Amino acid sequence: MDLFEYQARDLFEAHEIPVLAGAVASTAVEAERAAATIGGKVVVKAQVKVGGRGKAGGVKLAVDAADARAKAEAILGLDIKGHIVQKVMIAQAAPIAEEYYMAILLDRANRNFLVMASVAGGMEIEEVAHTQPEKLARVGVDPNVGISQELALEIVKAGQFPESVQSDVAGVLLKLWAAFVAEDATLMEINPLVKTEDGQIIALDGKVTLDENAEFRHPNHEALIDHASANPLEAAAKEKNLNYVKLQGEVGIIGNGAGLVMSTLDVVAYAGEKYGVKPANFLDIGGGASAEVMANGLSIILGDQDVRSVFVNVFGGITACDAVANGIVQALEILGDKATKPIVVRLDGNNVLEGRRILNEAAHPLVQQLDTMDGAAAKAAELAAK
Amino acid sequence: MAIFINKETKVIVQGMTGSEGTKHTGRMLKYGTNIVGGVTPGKGGQSALIEGKSLPVFNSVAEAIAATGANASVVFVPPKFAKGAVMDAIDAGLPLVVVITEGIPVHDTAIFYAHAAAKGTTRIIGPNCPGLISPGLSNIGIIPGDITGPGRIGLVSKSGTLTYQMMYELRDFGFSSAVGIGGDPIIGTTHIDCLKAFQDDPDTDAIVMIGEIGGDAEERAAAFIASYVTKPVVGYVAGFTAPEGKTMGHAGAIVSGSSGTAEAKKVALEAAGVKVGKTPSETAALMRAILNG
Repeated sequence: MDLFEYQARDLFEAHEIPVLAGAVASTAVEAERAAATIGGKVVVKAQVKVGGRGKAGGVKLAVDAADARAKAEAILGLDIKGHIVQKVMIAQAAPIAEEYYMAILLDRANRNFLVMASVAGGMEIEEVAHTQPEKLARVGVDPNVGISQELALEIVKAGQFPESVQSDVAGVLLKLWAAFVAEDATLMEINPLVKTEDGQIIALDGKVTLDENAEFRHPNHEALIDHASANPLEAAAKEKNLNYVKLQGEVGIIGNGAGLVMSTLDVVAYAGEKYGVKPANFLDIGGGASAEVMANGLSIILGDQDVRSVFVNVFGGITACDAVANGIVQALEILGDKATKPIVVRLDGNNVLEGRRILNEAAHPLVQQLDTMDGAAAKAAELAAK
Repeated sequence: MAIFINKETKVIVQGMTGSEGTKHTGRMLKYGTNIVGGVTPGKGGQSALIEGKSLPVFNSVAEAIAATGANASVVFVPPKFAKGAVMDAIDAGLPLVVVITEGIPVHDTAIFYAHAAAKGTTRIIGPNCPGLISPGLSNIGIIPGDITGPGRIGLVSKSGTLTYQMMYELRDFGFSSAVGIGGDPIIGTTHIDCLKAFQDDPDTDAIVMIGEIGGDAEERAAAFIASYVTKPVVGYVAGFTAPEGKTMGHAGAIVSGSSGTAEAKKVALEAAGVKVGKTPSETAALMRAILNG
């Protein structure tokens, strides 16, 4: 789960990483009030989970609270690369002397964690890595050892931070590591980490990604979920514990296993080229395809206005095809008149003959079976074109 | 021969007394896997009757090894307790640990992977994987045993159901071993580990490698193939149509910016001489053409 900047700021503050005063606002009036509380000049920043907001007019300096209100009015509702701004952060303005970079992230390739630190901040770190690699320290961290005071200082030196700030920056790094571990993060980035004109080291902007698998030990993370801008179908699916992603297309997809469903999307996309249609969603019903799970899945997909046909693609591994077939039959009973779109089913694997027999016997007018994944994908695409 | 497991592999089931553990222990026993016991802390000294076989339950992996001579385990322990179970197996020096559990926090996996790497005596497969099968010899995990039999194709895949689909497509040829390495961001055994094992396995003639979006494991595997693998390799990558920034089911399956795309993986594999199919059936056809000469 990616956090908004204001959530990252709050999380940093909770872990004693130095940040400036800041508050979030959903309306211009709230923005004015927040600016008045903070006092003085403030920065009004669009809260969107996408880069390049400054260039898009999403970050503005305000001289006082009334100005903050005007700036918030201009920013709220902006469309930044397809993200509508629903919140702004009001942050205390600070005179910046220097901009640095610091991040800790999961390193998939090396199967550990990676610290990156550089005296060159405020720009994309890929650019620093490309143009000034000598200024970027990249150090792997053994999760069973962590970051010691000595290692932190070594990293900061390697990142070519000036001597006057090395000790403070190393201190921030140690706190960032503690926060990274405590919150089960896979990314914590401070960019820029700044030195103010009066010499303080402050995290001015942050990006945080938290591991959703670790939610069981972080009940407080649930409050960070962004329900407002979630797609309503995705939100409804999440409530039913379904693994669903909305896409822009016409063929609804249900399958078992993440890899097979991704593959199904591809096969449908190829088959759909001829008919000008694409997959409408990703939906993995996982191992246990009970009637209830199938009904929930079908109901989400049939609730998608864009869907014109549905493709159910199941390879029975642990899940037996007869259970899947019963699930489909019962789901259609539960849905009744709400089920209106043609459903193409391809079953293979564990107990497939019984599964096919059950569907044939039920002879539901919306359901047709095909033997192969390619054939079924072509049929579903064809039906979506009509 | 096969890779990682064979007829002699003695397996203990960590979490055997839980419902998933019991169910899959039964399936593995039916297949002929040599299951010698289970581990459930606090239930040591009991025994479990599964598929007509009385299996001893131990408090720890070390006790289980001492009593049974086990050299592999399969983990069905829930996410909350999985790290403890895997650490126990590593500390006991068990050579192979297959972690089926889905939903383990990646910090936990990072910790047990680093511990295993430092100790150097345990291979971890998974987590979030279906396990591995050497048809006719042993089946550790949840891969259905009846899709196909022994043969000379080796298969390595991030995905469970795509593994089954590919085994099914090529069922008339059979497999030496099929390994599901899992879809998490950190996994114990990589495509490269399996490619190396298949290259070195005299009973494997050709290799199918299945990848998916996210990370750069397939690109690194491509570089490895170019430098080490002389047997024919056929590839498939799932997720060409996946949008950027969305996790597609597997925790590791996400395109971030321009990295982790299926297209980039396909290009890298083809540059290494791997024939890459656009769909599972096309991939199977490529392998079929190779094996039929």
